[in-house]
Amino acid sequence: MDSDLSSQDRKDLDKFIKFFALKTVQIIVQARLGEKISTCSSSSPTGSDWFNLAIKDIPEVTHESKKALAGQLPGIGRSMCVEISLKTSEGDSMELETWCLEMNEKCDKDIKVSYTVYNRLSLLLKSLLAITRVTPAYKLSRKQGHDYVILYRIYFGDVQLTGLGEGFQSVRVGVVGTPIGTITLSCAYRTNLALMSSRQFERTGPIMGIIIDHFVERPFTNMAHMHPCSYRTPGEDEGGTYAGIEDSQEVCTTSFSTSPPSQMVVPGKEGGVPQVPAQPNHGTAAEHCRIPSCPNGQSPQPGEMHSDVLCMCGTQVTTTSLDLPFAAFTPRANDLEVNDPMVHPPPSPAPSSPLQGSLHSNSSSHSGGQPQDDFVMVDFKPAFSKDDLLPMDLGTFYREFQNPPQLASLSIDVSAQSMAEDLDSLPEKLAIYEKNIDEFDAFVDTLQ
Amino acid sequence: MNCRSEVLEVSVEGRQVDEAMLALLHTILLHRSTGKFHYKKEGTYSIGTVGTQDVDCDFIDFTLVRVSSDELDRVIRKAVAEFKDALGNSGSDGMGQISLEFYQKKKSRWPFSDECIPWEVWSIKVNVVNLANEQERQICREKVGEKLGEKVINIVEVINRHEYLPKMPTQSEVYNVFDTSLKDVQPYLYKITYQITDSLGTSVSTTMRRLIKDTLAL
Repeated sequence: MDSDLSSQDRKDLDKFIKFFALKTVQIIVQARLGEKISTCSSSSPTGSDWFNLAIKDIPEVTHESKKALAGQLPGIGRSMCVEISLKTSEGDSMELETWCLEMNEKCDKDIKVSYTVYNRLSLLLKSLLAITRVTPAYKLSRKQGHDYVILYRIYFGDVQLTGLGEGFQSVRVGVVGTPIGTITLSCAYRTNLALMSSRQFERTGPIMGIIIDHFVERPFTNMAHMHPCSYRTPGEDEGGTYAGIEDSQEVCTTSFSTSPPSQMVVPGKEGGVPQVPAQPNHGTAAEHCRIPSCPNGQSPQPGEMHSDVLCMCGTQVTTTSLDLPFAAFTPRANDLEVNDPMVHPPPSPAPSSPLQGSLHSNSSSHSGGQPQDDFVMVDFKPAFSKDDLLPMDLGTFYREFQNPPQLASLSIDVSAQSMAEDLDSLPEKLAIYEKNIDEFDAFVDTLQ
Repeated sequence: MNCRSEVLEVSVEGRQVDEAMLALLHTILLHRSTGKFHYKKEGTYSIGTVGTQDVDCDFIDFTLVRVSSDELDRVIRKAVAEFKDALGNSGSDGMGQISLEFYQKKKSRWPFSDECIPWEVWSIKVNVVNLANEQERQICREKVGEKLGEKVINIVEVINRHEYLPKMPTQSEVYNVFDTSLKDVQPYLYKITYQITDSLGTSVSTTMRRLIKDTLAL
């Protein structure tokens, strides 16, 4: 079979297949990052754009692809598969689609490798670009973030489609005949997204509630089953060359640096939201966001796709608690806090919730010595408040300043007096305005 | 050589016509455009790079992928806008067809002008529907998005049959095969035409216009 193929052609063909496989993975993963992709056309050939297509290479994805290939090429009986799955913030996961690059034994001996095969592979990549935006997982990936994230896994060998549920559909992207076999690119995608829709229905409570449930137990224990090497977060660009990643970098950096449990756990910390997660969590988080070990020391940029959903949710909680500092006064927060073993029970019922106690932790020492007596209102001195100016507790402060003050001009006494005065001065004012009518007209002209 | 002819049909609401046509035309042109050719000595050439761009539709739940070329996009948008205007002016039964034809020029001897030989024609039949309320429009958004997805799969299927494509031309022949007028990409020579079906359903073209992309001087 190979005797008709010159060694140069064989070398070229192997190179084409290798880079085709790498570019295929890049296109699929980038199409599931959750953002629009845009690359520029260039009339001058740069020599580095394989298949004459501008497809950026996310280094992490290339690394994973090469690892999965392990020096081999997709071939007959050795299919390369990219599995896309969804993972909810509650830890449920569901396979959405599997893209397969396969080769069968049907050869096209007459085809020119360096020309026809190359151009057809280029065409196939264009088809892949189009088809990746058409399967159901694309829309899901564009909406990922709060409730779920999209993950990918690359594997070699037999195609596994059992995880796609019943009634999955297949779409063939295209075929390219080569002298050593026919390359086929196809996608099998799940049609039954029932899990997704029912979960969305359940998710009606506030985010605070969900996150607190999260962190009652160790938040990352359920990640232990996942093979860390397989589930990778794409978009972690060491060189920062991938333009689309930059925006999300800030989000992800933020999400890694804060963590809800520490804010509730340790009253001894400084007031406000502590920036560093508690030790065990931090360690586990580091394991699953291990792309931080970038050679140039850059922080991870997982883009929209994460192996760690909880980090994204962590950001939410921190932001939420900063936006609503008095969320502690809501009954729901209280209910959830009661069962939380990580939270210190309040020494007295006066501080209305332990969350409040930790937010203003400097004062917790004050409240520590209060009598264990129900229904006794105790003067709670919030941190940094000045007794001389406004001797009041947080609750009073909040109630007092909850609404903006009434405008002075709207208060009845003042308006009753000024109304009469206004009426009297009207004729004078009108006379002045009539005198200056030219000025007003000139002003109106400048506006037009 | 027989010209390959493919027909796609879509039913859309009035405000979706533009985006639906753009989605399909751009998908076809993505596959029928290459980078700019740079011919070197000894008959070799190198090819520029084609970039791509995702574009979210406003009235359809769909994201189209097009070649990153603003020039090409402008030309296609103009053609689609004219088609849509013609559809709008035709009356309440909006039915029409827009065709994207790829052709090759064959030089003839003087005094005969060059022949245009089509090798692939894509005809997109459009049926414009009127919807009564917002709920129907929302359903239509999703349905048309799915339908466009199916059409993209159809287009890809046809293209990947790898049937006839013009041979890569020499430098002197490139203008007979490719549209070299754009700065950044090089589609095969193409022309876009449309015809509007009148309310009786007859295919007499009441307004037929040619939008000629090459410099066909008669």
